[in-house]
Amino acid sequence: MEQLIEILKQPWPWYVAGPLIGLTVPLLLLLGNKSFGISSSLRHICAACVPARIPFFTYNWRKETWNLVFVAGILIGGFIAATFFANPEAVTVAASTQEDLKALGITNFTQLLPEEIFTWDNLFTRKGLVFFVLGGLLIGFSTRYAGGCTSGHSIMGLSNLQWPSLIATIAFMAGGFTMTHLLLPYLMAWVQ
Amino acid sequence: MAINKEQLQIKEPVKTAQPFVCDAPNEQKYGDSPQGLLKYLIVGIVFGIVFTKAEIISWFRIQEMFRLQSFFMYGVIGSAILVGMLSVQLIKRFNIKTIQGEKVVLHNKEFKKGQIIGGFIFGLGWAITGACPGPIFAQIGSGFSVVIVTLLSAIAGTWLYGKFSHKLPN
Repeated sequence: MEQLIEILKQPWPWYVAGPLIGLTVPLLLLLGNKSFGISSSLRHICAACVPARIPFFTYNWRKETWNLVFVAGILIGGFIAATFFANPEAVTVAASTQEDLKALGITNFTQLLPEEIFTWDNLFTRKGLVFFVLGGLLIGFSTRYAGGCTSGHSIMGLSNLQWPSLIATIAFMAGGFTMTHLLLPYLMAWVQ
Repeated sequence: MAINKEQLQIKEPVKTAQPFVCDAPNEQKYGDSPQGLLKYLIVGIVFGIVFTKAEIISWFRIQEMFRLQSFFMYGVIGSAILVGMLSVQLIKRFNIKTIQGEKVVLHNKEFKKGQIIGGFIFGLGWAITGACPGPIFAQIGSGFSVVIVTLLSAIAGTWLYGKFSHKLPN
């Protein structure tokens, strides 16, 4: 048992994590005819809390309660993993990525998220504005505009051989490359 | 009569400006009981543990991916798609039923400009936050409580989309 927990504490390799994530697709379908998708939960929260008579938010969100329960589970899962199976070692980041990020002013590579950015102290600073507020707004707005995120399009959509999901996935990657290579250097300079 | 039908077909999308097409729909015929919902909590918990333990929720993993400096995320997403694809094809081919005995309903995605424009904007946000919506929840759970602000912003972003969606090219 102790050995098992030791193994569980190590970071899990991609060939364990990827297939497990992929299995979520048939699991949700067979457990109750649910299509895998996470960003929909944001819409259901809007529909439940602030529908404001907007047609986009006036639907029977209660039918989609499972989606909210599912994301609550993800949050609890994050807590369990970090509390009981936490990796005692620092996170491993590719040496070349460390070099690139150091040039942008990120030097602490011990946590899963850079400590220079993701703390409450930064909330009312430029860092908070860019990394929490702007980042969140972009994600929330765009996932509905695109009709799904990495789970709904890249995993569920591609699993079902939907070509619009392939287009969306290519657009996700294009946006990510653009931000990382063209815009992030300017944003990092602005928030320092 | 035939003309009437045609008129109806043309008018319909205009009349119901926002037909409800959820992207992660629930197609189960019977409502879920609270006990029935418990299974989604469990699937979510396992999912959250996988996300966190494989460090998919790490901002650094996403940076490695977009800098092409690690195979890890490509391995995760690629193998997830492969397993998902194989499972869906098996469900279709052998007409595997849900545990309630219902036929599995899969939806075709319709192409819209939003998949390109929205998709690109999503990529921008993904590289800033280091998280797509799933990992946001796992990041909060794993102790980065400030990501609650990201989540609230994402909810606000979704609301803004709902408010202004009719003005966007699609």
